[in-house]
Amino acid sequence: MACEPLPELEAVYWRPRVDERRLTRTGTLWTATTVAHVVPFLGAGVALVAVQPLALPVTLASFAHAWVIPELYAQRGANVVRPKPPRAPADAERASVGLLGDLVGHEARELHARCGLVLERGRLGVWLVGPAGALLVRHGGRRVLCWCVRVNDPDLPTGDRIAHLLLALRSDEEGFATVANLAFSGARWRVRRRLDRSVRPALDAAVAAAKALERPDGA
Amino acid sequence: MSRLIRMDHSGHTTLAQWTADDPEATEAAVAAFRAELDRGYFGMVSTGEGQAEQVRELPLDAELVFMRLPISGG
Repeated sequence: MACEPLPELEAVYWRPRVDERRLTRTGTLWTATTVAHVVPFLGAGVALVAVQPLALPVTLASFAHAWVIPELYAQRGANVVRPKPPRAPADAERASVGLLGDLVGHEARELHARCGLVLERGRLGVWLVGPAGALLVRHGGRRVLCWCVRVNDPDLPTGDRIAHLLLALRSDEEGFATVANLAFSGARWRVRRRLDRSVRPALDAAVAAAKALERPDGA
Repeated sequence: MSRLIRMDHSGHTTLAQWTADDPEATEAAVAAFRAELDRGYFGMVSTGEGQAEQVRELPLDAELVFMRLPISGG
């Protein structure tokens, strides 16, 4: 990737620049937060029913909380690539997809035609770029980060919106991750089941690519 | 033939085309490029597979120069 930082970083000057180490730490923090949400509800539920078996309904409600909270986070992550109907006229959509096709290879072009996302290999992992967000599948394919990021014109054709993001990503991957808002970080399976069915093959392809991707530290 | 393209509401618009041996077309392309920078676009060129670079002056030897809009977190 080129070394000049994204000019958009000036708008988020207070954010530390994302890098490999920071992403790993972010993932650990998200996992710890999830555990901190789930364990107290599970513990309280078990304790309640142990002390008073008639409290079973409260226990079940507590278990439901332990299940729902992580699901809501995963849903928020999956929403960044939720397919939406295009706003631009059909001919503009076709033209934008044609230009996008010129920017990517055959594999990514075919995946975009099926799922609406463009697969892009980077140093931080494998990206799936959509019109209003991106998923980053980390090396090994077990963790997915969901980023809310977009070009500041929602009326652009979807192909163009992806192309704007793709060019920014290619010019400064770490800057791109810094500018974007992190919506979720967690296990692949948690995101996958909240994704629209049409998008799941793209995640599967990204996971396969991430498993084959060499880690920057050589591990 | 090199092209300067703006990604916009029409899908994309070719703003200028030039060849190195055509000074008039080159001059027009440079003017179009600067006008887009003034409108808030960024100039980008592909520099290889999966790589791109922001440019502040029109690279006359590039085949394709894109004008993109700023991005932000949603």
